[in-house]
Amino acid sequence: MSSAFASTRTNGSEVVKELAFFAVVALLMSVMILGVETVDRPTGLELAVRWDLVLIAIGSTVVGRFALIMRREGMSRIVQALLITVTAVAVFEMFVRFRDMDDRWASPVVLDMAFGSVLSTVVAIAFVAIVFAIAYFSMKEKGAVEVDESAKLSSKIQLVYRSNTKKIGLVGIIFFIIFPFLFGENRSAIDLATLVMIYIMLGWGLNIVVGLAGLLDLGYVAFYAVGAYSYALLSQNFDLSFWLCLPLAGIFAASFGIILGFPVLRLRGDYLAIVTLGFGEIIRVVLINWYDLTGGPDGISSIERPSFFGLADFSRRVPEGSVAFSDLFGMDYSSMHRLIFLYYLILALALVTNFVTMRLRKLPIGRAWEALREDEIACRSLGINPTNTKLSAFAIGAMFGGFAGAFFATRQGFISPESFTFLESAVILAIVVLGGMGSQIGVVLAAIVMIGFPEMFRELAEYRMLIFGAGIVAIMLWRPRGLLSFRDPTILLNMSQKEKVAGELK
Amino acid sequence: MTDNKLLEVEHLTMRFGGLVAIDDLSFTANKSEITAIIGPNGAGKTTVFNCLTGFYVPTEGRLTLHANDGPRLLERTEGFRIPRNNGVARTFQNIRLFTGMTVLENLIVAQHNRLMEASAFSIAGLFNLGRYAKAEKEAIEKAKFWLNKVGLYDQADWNAGNLPYGSQRRLEIARAMCTDPSLLCLDEPAAGLNPRESAELNILLQSIRDDQGVGCLLIEHDMSVVMQISDHVIVLDYGRKIADGNPDAVKNDPAVIRAYLGEEEDDELPPEVAADLNVDPNAH
Repeated sequence: MSSAFASTRTNGSEVVKELAFFAVVALLMSVMILGVETVDRPTGLELAVRWDLVLIAIGSTVVGRFALIMRREGMSRIVQALLITVTAVAVFEMFVRFRDMDDRWASPVVLDMAFGSVLSTVVAIAFVAIVFAIAYFSMKEKGAVEVDESAKLSSKIQLVYRSNTKKIGLVGIIFFIIFPFLFGENRSAIDLATLVMIYIMLGWGLNIVVGLAGLLDLGYVAFYAVGAYSYALLSQNFDLSFWLCLPLAGIFAASFGIILGFPVLRLRGDYLAIVTLGFGEIIRVVLINWYDLTGGPDGISSIERPSFFGLADFSRRVPEGSVAFSDLFGMDYSSMHRLIFLYYLILALALVTNFVTMRLRKLPIGRAWEALREDEIACRSLGINPTNTKLSAFAIGAMFGGFAGAFFATRQGFISPESFTFLESAVILAIVVLGGMGSQIGVVLAAIVMIGFPEMFRELAEYRMLIFGAGIVAIMLWRPRGLLSFRDPTILLNMSQKEKVAGELK
Repeated sequence: MTDNKLLEVEHLTMRFGGLVAIDDLSFTANKSEITAIIGPNGAGKTTVFNCLTGFYVPTEGRLTLHANDGPRLLERTEGFRIPRNNGVARTFQNIRLFTGMTVLENLIVAQHNRLMEASAFSIAGLFNLGRYAKAEKEAIEKAKFWLNKVGLYDQADWNAGNLPYGSQRRLEIARAMCTDPSLLCLDEPAAGLNPRESAELNILLQSIRDDQGVGCLLIEHDMSVVMQISDHVIVLDYGRKIADGNPDAVKNDPAVIRAYLGEEEDDELPPEVAADLNVDPNAH
């Protein structure tokens, strides 16, 4: 390899000259922007010079440039990636110092942060690993040999994943079932898992509409809101129990899906997206302004918590005529019981969503959804009613959104229109797209990445968003079509799934 | 003769604003026959198909399909109901397969309506009740039959988009046949096929006509296909019918020659065109 690039190799003094040039440029650029700041002193404003920032800027520029030189010369990718990682860490250090540090000659903040606690060490390692990996894989070398190897590796992983999807799914389910036994006493862990599970369920619901039927829905949160308000209002005004309201919330949300869907489903692509976006906003604005019914911006508070299937109650002080959950099972009272019960409830709801979706995919309706996504005109020529087929996708997706909404209301005990903003729709859509359209396990991973990680690392304040951003960039680079964007056939005639995947990867 | 009619087109007119795409067109197509519609580009052939299959609503005229259980008026039927209730299937000039789905799935999607009924609109299907399982098995059998017929059995699990062009054309025909049509409308099925593939296509279409008893309506520019297999040829030019009859009569019709070659005074055909029009039926 070295001989192939020998002709382009620049000698040492040229490299030094180039690096010196960039150091000067970095100095000129950073000294005015980063290096000088005004400080408020009792005697008036004074100029302070932040040489530390300037030095880091120059250093990271030189190191980054050196990495680019190495790339130009076709030298080791690992070293290149290392240099780029060092640059990234240096820039991060500069960012932190610029914002919070006044002490010019303090030791590197990065080190303090990285070794502050076990958690932050893990995050730091993850960050460095992600940056390193991005750098490594995006640096395609001129000789294509190693690129082939990474492609081979990814296709090997794909083969293993796609021919064992069921087993992987089963392991995932078992993990989520035993999760409360692992973290039973950790309140925040259960809370977080419940939150992630809500988004997994919403992602699975939206996956029917976006992933299978290919209808871009930017207003999914509207159905979530309809479900939540259905339960809250029914339980407050008519004193209905959660177990009765749950199916009703689903039915209401599905009806809203049909009402919205009927006029707009003749629209396609972007136009449909805009109309659904509008529908999401309409629902929110109605909730804010219909003060008599919804309480407007004040929301609805003290929504009834679910009972144990109507048999027992989770409160410490049990109302007249019902049994306490702890008494029913002869345990001591613990406030965790309700949380764990809620966790299992959303887990069950999410699993129902998943199983129904998986089953529908193999039914004529599911195949028609996918066919509609591929070619609507061909569907019409085969006698498939496009409107009804789309409506059914919309209604079923909305129904699961409604279930999740009812659960959300009963878990929070308080809902207001603020919980149902466009941002929620965007997050749910991002989960579906990031996971890989149509992939059920992809949604789980994406929900953990999108919801779980930022919550888990909340103590790292805004730096977690930096890592989050790096993670999203990594996903865009490697898997522009989503983490697990494979379509598995619903039926195979003379091949096994493994053979099919192997044939595709060839 | 009258009870052999499959499709009757009477005074069909289609206007797009000021443009008259089809002008007072009448013809009939018979059961178990291949009726070819030919004509220069822009003559309105595909528009006829779009009217028949419900993609356009004709401006004027009546389209009657004589199905086994009585006549049906196609121009009054909503688009997607034509293939569902009346048994008119079609293929497209530029192939429209579900490219991301497998070959077998393409054929099963084509049997959507029957399966949907068997799955009781997904409720019985959700729990895999007996009736649905049986219907699905039948659907797979039918798909297998057509896979064998078009020679794609071994590629059944491929994604349809990965098939070579000629196989995609045949798959589209098989998909249309899986809807159990009484009339099959083929829009340039031989476009882009090599001579061997179009000879295979001839055999396939003849078998659809003879073994399945399905009437075919065929738009085609490849005269070797048209002259060899069609029982009846209709020639369109600027939306009007200029000739109608058996292949031999049509190819010697002066109006047809004029439409294809322009208004030249001498009737002599250039030799390569004459050769094209006079293809020996036993050539392949």
